[in-house]
Amino acid sequence: MAKTPLQFRHNGRDVAIFVDGGMSLLSALRDEVGDHSPKFGCGQGGCGACTVLVDGEPVVSCVTLAETIAGKSIETADGLKTGPELHPLQTAFMDNFAAQCGYCTPGMLMAAKALLEHNPDPSRVEVVEAISGNICRCTGYESIINAVLAAAARRTERRA
Amino acid sequence: MPVTVKTFTTPMEAAAALSSDRAARYIGGGTLLMRALNEGDVSIGTIVRLDDRSLAQVRASGGRITIGAGVTLSQILRDRELAFLHPAARLIGGPAVRTTGTVGGNLFAPAPYGDLSVALLALDATVSVMSGYGARDVALEEFLASRDRSPGALVLSVTCDRPSSPEAFRFRKVARIKPKGVSVLSIAASLPGVGGRVSNPRIAYGAMAPIAIRAKAAERALEGKTLDESGVAAAVAVAAEGTAPATDAIASAWYRREVVGVHLRRLLLGQAG
Repeated sequence: MAKTPLQFRHNGRDVAIFVDGGMSLLSALRDEVGDHSPKFGCGQGGCGACTVLVDGEPVVSCVTLAETIAGKSIETADGLKTGPELHPLQTAFMDNFAAQCGYCTPGMLMAAKALLEHNPDPSRVEVVEAISGNICRCTGYESIINAVLAAAARRTERRA
Repeated sequence: MPVTVKTFTTPMEAAAALSSDRAARYIGGGTLLMRALNEGDVSIGTIVRLDDRSLAQVRASGGRITIGAGVTLSQILRDRELAFLHPAARLIGGPAVRTTGTVGGNLFAPAPYGDLSVALLALDATVSVMSGYGARDVALEEFLASRDRSPGALVLSVTCDRPSSPEAFRFRKVARIKPKGVSVLSIAASLPGVGGRVSNPRIAYGAMAPIAIRAKAAERALEGKTLDESGVAAAVAVAAEGTAPATDAIASAWYRREVVGVHLRRLLLGQAG
């Protein structure tokens, strides 16, 4: 079975891997690149645990054909921190108890990051819409929403 | 199970690949096809991709608008010309699904999914389909009824009415999870008015049958009526006529039949859900 070469940017680094025909972006990231931050939850695009950013836009990587992201820039939760410094979203999630089992967290973080990049000062309704594709079984969502709003507030403060 | 991925640059080549191989399936955004692959659908041997920007175009012409099959749901939401489809597109899938999910793909989404095709059905949509003989236009109703029997057909675009005003086209999706969840049912209603009375209404339902359907009994009962309590009563009384909803993880057939009239009434009266 022939393998297809695939080159793209992964969290700021150029990578080149080989994928099998029909391989999902999620499998490519986890099994070929070795980035285990996006999770497999449902395989249907319904739970959002596999959410990553492709050129700044959120996609559900379990139902994204790996080949389609050739040449594009992929961001995952693994790439949020800068060296030892956490991303403001990660700090806010910690401060607001927005993770319990942590399984939905990488997907939530990427959905939130996409929101804040497009809309630095979202309303609560906009945050809810932004994470509407991400399911959480533990927290009841309130702490996650608070965390995203807190991260947005901190960024607004720092820029002011 | 590894499959072969073939990428083409013209619809003609892609259509030829689809019709010549029983195990070939077309991929739009992938939200339907990749799910099937993930779930172990062994009937998929070849994935046909089309790299053609012309499928992502939107063209207005008079009172109708043509939307390329490759237009994504998020693209719809960014386009002011397509504002009348925003209520439907906004409630599909979540932001990530909408980044890759396409208009063409939604035509193939099985009930209880496929809410965009419900909106398009109420807007008198036609589908431009390419087969071995070239492109031809098919009424959406006919397309939906035969979509399982013509797997080799390639959807190029959808053309529908542009509503004359926001009041003239209404959409409602009923789901247990807010802000978005899988449909208990969805309703789209095109309600052109002449002298305060509805003229030539079109009402479409989602998740009330295996495919999106027109509520023809309700349409007939609404013709010439005013959109007030007494005017809509006859239509509401026959709201469930002609429907064949399924019992699934979201809701039972009984429940769907029970509430479709309630939601139709609220939609026609302009009341909150």
